[in-house]
Amino acid sequence: MALDETLNVARSNEARPLVEVRGLRRSFDLSKPWLNRLIERSGRVSLTAVDGVDFSIREGETYALVGESGSGKSTIARMVVGLLPPSAGSVEIDGTDVWGKKSPDQERRMRRKIQMIFQDPFASLNPRWRVGAIIAEPIKAFGLIADASDRAERVGELLSLVGLDPRDGQKFPHEFSGGQRQRIAIARALASDPKFIVCDEPTSALDVSVQAQVLNLLRDLQQRLGLTYLFISHNLAVVRHVATRVGVLYLGRLVEEAPAAELFAAPQHPYTKMLLEAVPDIDMEGKERLAIAGEIPNPVTPPPGCHFHPRCPARLSGCDRDIPMPQHVGNATVRCHLFDPR
Amino acid sequence: MADTSDMRSKEPGRIARALDSDLWYSFSRSPLAMISTVVVVLFIAAALLAPLIAPHDPFDPANLSILDSFLPPAWLDGGDPRFLLGTDDQGRDVLSTILYGMRISLAVGFASVIFAMVLGITLGLLAGYMGGWVDSVIMRIADVQLTFPAILIALLINGVARAMAGPQSYDKVVFVVLVLSIGLSFWVQYGRTVRGSVLVEANKEYVLAARLIGLKPWTIMVKHVLPNVLGPVLVIATINLALAIITEATLSFLGVGVPPTQPSLGTLIRIGNDFLFSGEWWITIFPGITLAILALSVNLLGDWLRDALNPKLR
Repeated sequence: MALDETLNVARSNEARPLVEVRGLRRSFDLSKPWLNRLIERSGRVSLTAVDGVDFSIREGETYALVGESGSGKSTIARMVVGLLPPSAGSVEIDGTDVWGKKSPDQERRMRRKIQMIFQDPFASLNPRWRVGAIIAEPIKAFGLIADASDRAERVGELLSLVGLDPRDGQKFPHEFSGGQRQRIAIARALASDPKFIVCDEPTSALDVSVQAQVLNLLRDLQQRLGLTYLFISHNLAVVRHVATRVGVLYLGRLVEEAPAAELFAAPQHPYTKMLLEAVPDIDMEGKERLAIAGEIPNPVTPPPGCHFHPRCPARLSGCDRDIPMPQHVGNATVRCHLFDPR
Repeated sequence: MADTSDMRSKEPGRIARALDSDLWYSFSRSPLAMISTVVVVLFIAAALLAPLIAPHDPFDPANLSILDSFLPPAWLDGGDPRFLLGTDDQGRDVLSTILYGMRISLAVGFASVIFAMVLGITLGLLAGYMGGWVDSVIMRIADVQLTFPAILIALLINGVARAMAGPQSYDKVVFVVLVLSIGLSFWVQYGRTVRGSVLVEANKEYVLAARLIGLKPWTIMVKHVLPNVLGPVLVIATINLALAIITEATLSFLGVGVPPTQPSLGTLIRIGNDFLFSGEWWITIFPGITLAILALSVNLLGDWLRDALNPKLR
């Protein structure tokens, strides 16, 4: 396992970045309608879900974004795949700006490279469509295979690739279990021959016994097809299993980024330490553990300075005033005043 | 077990699948649904086949004789076996006028329900998907319209159309005007239901997956969202069919519907109403009973469909 990870790190160091995210920002307008604002004399209210996030993912790598609910993980995922326009910043995939102006042809070529696997396998498959039609849809949309019987054959191939029977294409989604549905969703994601797949909590809706199967399938597919993953999760045990690099999000800011092995061995940011303390672990049996202090604050009114300071055990005097700048600590990048150069 | 058999041959046919469905299961266990289906089918068949099965052609003046007027039903004193349910003031066979009248009632009913459905679904999809001011404008119109009774809206549209067409040409366009006025007064229900379902469905991940591969919004609406919102629409359509038939009858009863030369059930009831107190009750009672049974059966069918499609009652 450890050797495996070091190999992955070594390999990814040579590869060029496939995905480049620069200064990504997104705020949502939560204001009441104009008339209510006028009568109640309340102002505009806005929520900054993602606040200046930078990261890059090299080809063949699995980049994991972790964080509590409300930290902006899913918002980032949607901006990266082109479903939600960012308020500021850019996303580049294989040299193409996802949100830049493009001809329809360029747009199609870019979309082919990006796919997504969703959290809820019960909502991500159209209940009225047969599985075969669901998987064939991207093939049709991108005009990859014109002939219907060739297309059916390709759908069968994809189904066997994810460990299902090619004949399952005749069935409807409700005839499958959660894990099988997630396999169908993976087959659909693979249908357009993508390079980059965003996995938005792909296992959080599944039974623990099925989670490992789906994760192993994702890893096998990555090795076989040379895929690059952005893996969104709140489950650190899962992230440890799949990630090559990990970014830790807190209230829309990336507080720590490091190769997975290092992050789990030697977390730097107090928040990362706190998260890792909370991971259930058999070895920890009987030991005293640090309870997670407090809750994630309301993102509409985030604390000033470092967002984490009200919960931070290592809080310094300037933490509630100055926003920490990213600092390099070994292979990690940390945003915390503890690491400020003197 | 099935590795040798061809996958196509294993797939059950359309009819076999339909017989296997939940809907059929529920249907085969609901005597009320079966009876009302039989009644509705019989009525529709009778209306369609009116020229073949009606004993007389009530609209051919050559066949009418003023001497046959006001004959009571055949089983009463003075009844004539040629006229089973008696005759009206012009000597027309009541049974035949009912059969022909049902054609017009059902035609107006179906046409206006389809019109309301198409209009409501389109506006509902538009409102639900576009959101913003498009949504606001469509839904405020719907809200305002809901504050008036449907019959009042139908009367208003009818009156305007009548004034615009003029008395001479009005008889030619009356069918279209009826369909438009009834359809326009019923679209709100479809619009609201579809909009609500679209708001729920459009945020589901299968719609995101479709957006991800760059499908056009309208394609997503029609191919992905619409099939998932059709259940409730079907229920409303069935119940609205009964309402539309009754609304047409009401308009015709009030004298703003189809003319007496091409009477619908409502017109027949109005004509008969004039003679109710002079003792010729059959002229109005028989069309009235027909209308009541037809509307009741369609309503019962709609009720059953609503329960059968409601996952919480399965």
